[in-house]
Amino acid sequence: MNSTNGKSDKPVITAKIDGFFLQFYNIAVFIARFFREAFRPPIEWGEFVRQCYQVGYKSLALVTVTGFITGVVFTEQSRPTLSEFGVTAWLPSLVAIAVVRALAPLIAALICAGKVGSSIGAELGSMKVTEQIDAMEVSAINPFRYLVVTRVIAMTVCLPLLMFYNALIGCLGSYFDVHAHEQTSLVSFFDNAFAQITFLDYTTALTKAILYGFTIGIVSCYQGFNASQGTTGVGKAANVSVIVSMFLIFIEEVIIVHVFNSIR
Amino acid sequence: MKTNGHQIDMNETVISIRNLYKSFGEKHVLQGIDLDLHKGENVVVLGRSGTGKSVLIKIIIGLLKPDAGTVNVLGEEVDQLKDAALRALRLKVGFSFQSSALYDSMTVGENLAFPLKRNNREMTKDQIRKTIDIVLDAIGLPETINQMPSELSGGQKKRIGIGRTLILRPEIMLYDEPTAGLDPITSMELNKLIVAVQERFNTSSIIITHDLTCAKEVGDRIAVMDEGKFIRHGSFEEVFSEKDGLIKSFYDYNFIQ
Ligand SMILES: Nc1ncnc2c1ncn2[C@@H]1O[C@H](COP(=O)(O)OP(=O)(O)OP(=O)(O)O)[C@@H](O)[C@H]1O
Ligand SMILES: [Mg+2]
Repeated sequence: MNSTNGKSDKPVITAKIDGFFLQFYNIAVFIARFFREAFRPPIEWGEFVRQCYQVGYKSLALVTVTGFITGVVFTEQSRPTLSEFGVTAWLPSLVAIAVVRALAPLIAALICAGKVGSSIGAELGSMKVTEQIDAMEVSAINPFRYLVVTRVIAMTVCLPLLMFYNALIGCLGSYFDVHAHEQTSLVSFFDNAFAQITFLDYTTALTKAILYGFTIGIVSCYQGFNASQGTTGVGKAANVSVIVSMFLIFIEEVIIVHVFNSIR
Repeated sequence: MKTNGHQIDMNETVISIRNLYKSFGEKHVLQGIDLDLHKGENVVVLGRSGTGKSVLIKIIIGLLKPDAGTVNVLGEEVDQLKDAALRALRLKVGFSFQSSALYDSMTVGENLAFPLKRNNREMTKDQIRKTIDIVLDAIGLPETINQMPSELSGGQKKRIGIGRTLILRPEIMLYDEPTAGLDPITSMELNKLIVAVQERFNTSSIIITHDLTCAKEVGDRIAVMDEGKFIRHGSFEEVFSEKDGLIKSFYDYNFIQ
């Protein structure tokens, strides 16, 4: 509500370090507000569907291309080593494990952070600086529910879909390469590929994708919603959305891998 | 009291501001503002750029919080209200932004429908459409309904912005520089619109401007703001009867004699 908290008190440590921690506190408040507002009716279905479409529309082509290329390249790069041991038959399962456990969640997330995160940051940022968010406030509309809740949920729902799609395309890319070299049929490729993937792998991948989607949504909405005045604020919101999302995604990756490996 | 053909009830105060202070860091913007708005009255706030006029009305609508002082709108202390109560109050107060602040991803019709739908969930599509037509007719822009804000002129945007707040049938209108950046003829039309809105929808208004023609046309009472305080207060004639300093520069600039 309060677009500025005109704090002029003396900094506790230094202004910079104070600001850094204040930022974390503000994001925590933002997340708490998200959970408070997300489950309160009425839901903005129209805007939610539009945002899902936006996420898919913006990133589908890139997810397809990168997925396919990753599959091909990973297969090509792994073949010499495997053939040294005479186990090129392991290629399908090796690729599938790599794609599902590590590559697909990261690739889908990084692409979304770049394409969707920046555009959410820029869109909400420009709505903020042109007072459109304030305009919602004064017409008794909750801008948080309309703008933030819909976008964060859309990202959280769509990223897992994009991730599985990316994994599938990656395997398909790998299949074409394997088929060209080892004459494996499509059926036996996919039989081999998915034989090694456990329920835990799917769960890990899904957890990652949900968390990454949520992270991108929250970070870019937060940046846009709190953009400073002026057009530079918009650019900065878009830029910082991408950087912070990617940074957090890598940190989360490390943590999740450790947690799930300790379960395994 | 009766001015401009509308009825002012001096016994009923719709906005009452007492001893209002607001600073941004070291910058002291508002320094002890007192203001009353009576029912049916148009109060014009005049002042130079950067004196805090926009800050004042943003505090009235609860977009900014005051540091000290009280703001009472329709019997409620604005800065004490919880979310739901604040929203209920905002339905009764229209706010026209200095920048128009139209939703640039929506057409004019959608801009108008947006607040209406969300605050009247039981309204049918037909009723919404009818209400939009009525408002567009009142602001004189029925033909723009399917246009995007980027296709409109500044004056048209201002009108749509006013229309978007009128659609909720507010009791109070707050206009932030309705004529800024417009040519004199368009400005005159907007002045007429403000007066027409008041007569048709029976609103009380605070109008912020540095345009004296606008102040003269629409204001029942004028308050001149300088450095976060009101330095003059009264009818147009009273305020400009004695011309010194700021008042004189203002007057001379607007009516070159
Ligand atoms: N959110 C904010 N954060 C920090 N300072 C602000 C904020 N809003 C306004 N100010 C400062 O308060 C002062 C008054 O601003 P305000 O917008 O009220 O001026 P104004 O009287 O409306 O001027 P104009 O006629 O140009 O619109 C300005 O100096 C501005 O820098
Ligand atoms: Mg202003």
